[in-house]
Amino acid sequence: MKPQNFDFYRPNTLEQTIALLSELGDDGRVIAGGQSLMAMLNLRMITTEALIDISRLEELSYCKETDKFLEIGAAVSQAELMDYPNLSDIQPLLAKALPSVGHFQTRNQGTVCGSLAHADPSSELPLCLATLGGEVILQSTKGERILSAAEFQTGMLQTAIREDELIVAVRFPRSLTNAGYAFSEVTRRHGDFAIVALAGVACNGTLRLGVGGVAGQPTVCEWEIEPEECDEVLNQFAWEMEGVDDIHATAQYRRQIVRKLGRKVLEEAKLCSK
Amino acid sequence: MLKISRDDRQRVSFNLNGKKVHGWATTRMLLSDFIRYEIGETGTHVGCEHGVCGACTIRISGRAVRSCLSLAIQVDGMDIETIEGLTEKDGALTALQLAFRKHHALQCGFCTSGLLMSLSDLFNRKGKPSKDEITDVVGGHICRCTGYAGIIAAALEVASQR
Repeated sequence: MKPQNFDFYRPNTLEQTIALLSELGDDGRVIAGGQSLMAMLNLRMITTEALIDISRLEELSYCKETDKFLEIGAAVSQAELMDYPNLSDIQPLLAKALPSVGHFQTRNQGTVCGSLAHADPSSELPLCLATLGGEVILQSTKGERILSAAEFQTGMLQTAIREDELIVAVRFPRSLTNAGYAFSEVTRRHGDFAIVALAGVACNGTLRLGVGGVAGQPTVCEWEIEPEECDEVLNQFAWEMEGVDDIHATAQYRRQIVRKLGRKVLEEAKLCSK
Repeated sequence: MLKISRDDRQRVSFNLNGKKVHGWATTRMLLSDFIRYEIGETGTHVGCEHGVCGACTIRISGRAVRSCLSLAIQVDGMDIETIEGLTEKDGALTALQLAFRKHHALQCGFCTSGLLMSLSDLFNRKGKPSKDEITDVVGGHICRCTGYAGIIAAALEVASQR
């Protein structure tokens, strides 16, 4: 199908972009890579009065390392992040999860921040952000807001972005010393939306597990425990997420993945931490 | 700042397979439709129009992407390659195309142009890709004829010759 009509803007600067967003309000939608948005527009699941193209903004096309974070601008594609030098040292979870984000062809165009803005419950990048405890930088004419992953994604395809705000960048925490990271997911075919995606972090005696695809947003839990003893807490965690049956899998099947694959992911994270 | 109203038609020009082309597009015109109907190059096929089937895959600045998930007005001034530009200068088939023929990697041909654009991006950037890398790239396409075995075999043969 084809999208409904809209006006199209390509601002030359970040300043112009946020001024335009403030002027258009909820009539305007931002497009960067468009790998989620264009599909939704083509299927007419959404319509918009105006599209604002930020894909050519040099100001948003950067990756920056600080002491604590790897900061990624809103125009950076998933493929560019995958090719970032030493990514598996800077943040191994990203290096492990990125190959499962969409397909080779959509990663070439789709952006890291766009995936966060789309906020699909089973997406890998929001899961990584939540599990690592990263943050999202939003900007509007009123100023800058920095939200934690938990504050940012509020539900299924729902975020705390205000209508005049733009995601300018995301910050993923750098790998901690003594920490191990692991990622795994269950899909019908590689590249499909995950039925359940799991991210594990082991650090100084604590285990953290992030789960995507069960609840409306990624859910994270942390325990001071060894992987061999985690069956009970994983069972409780699996029930607490209150997953529901859908066309892809039953809630029971999802709980079972959390129990079984959850343990494997935590074991692998623990192994990587040594 | 560029502003195009929904009622306007915008002149869009870019390099298609090394040649400058132009046409007129409304804001909502998909790049896949622009290439087929404005430019008239129909080797790029259109299947699902939401980024799943891979039939419309082309290369923008060398990278394989879905042309149904881009707007024509977004690619003004860029370098675009389609299946029409894949053959050698004298019209001879590339090694990848020859391997497709040899290994029966196509039957009806609907998915083939997209697959060749994806795999050629992989070969251009990776040189000698592994079987896993090839499978990952082929995973972004739907082929209902071959069962994929011939496609993987063709790509592996090209990789082994490098």
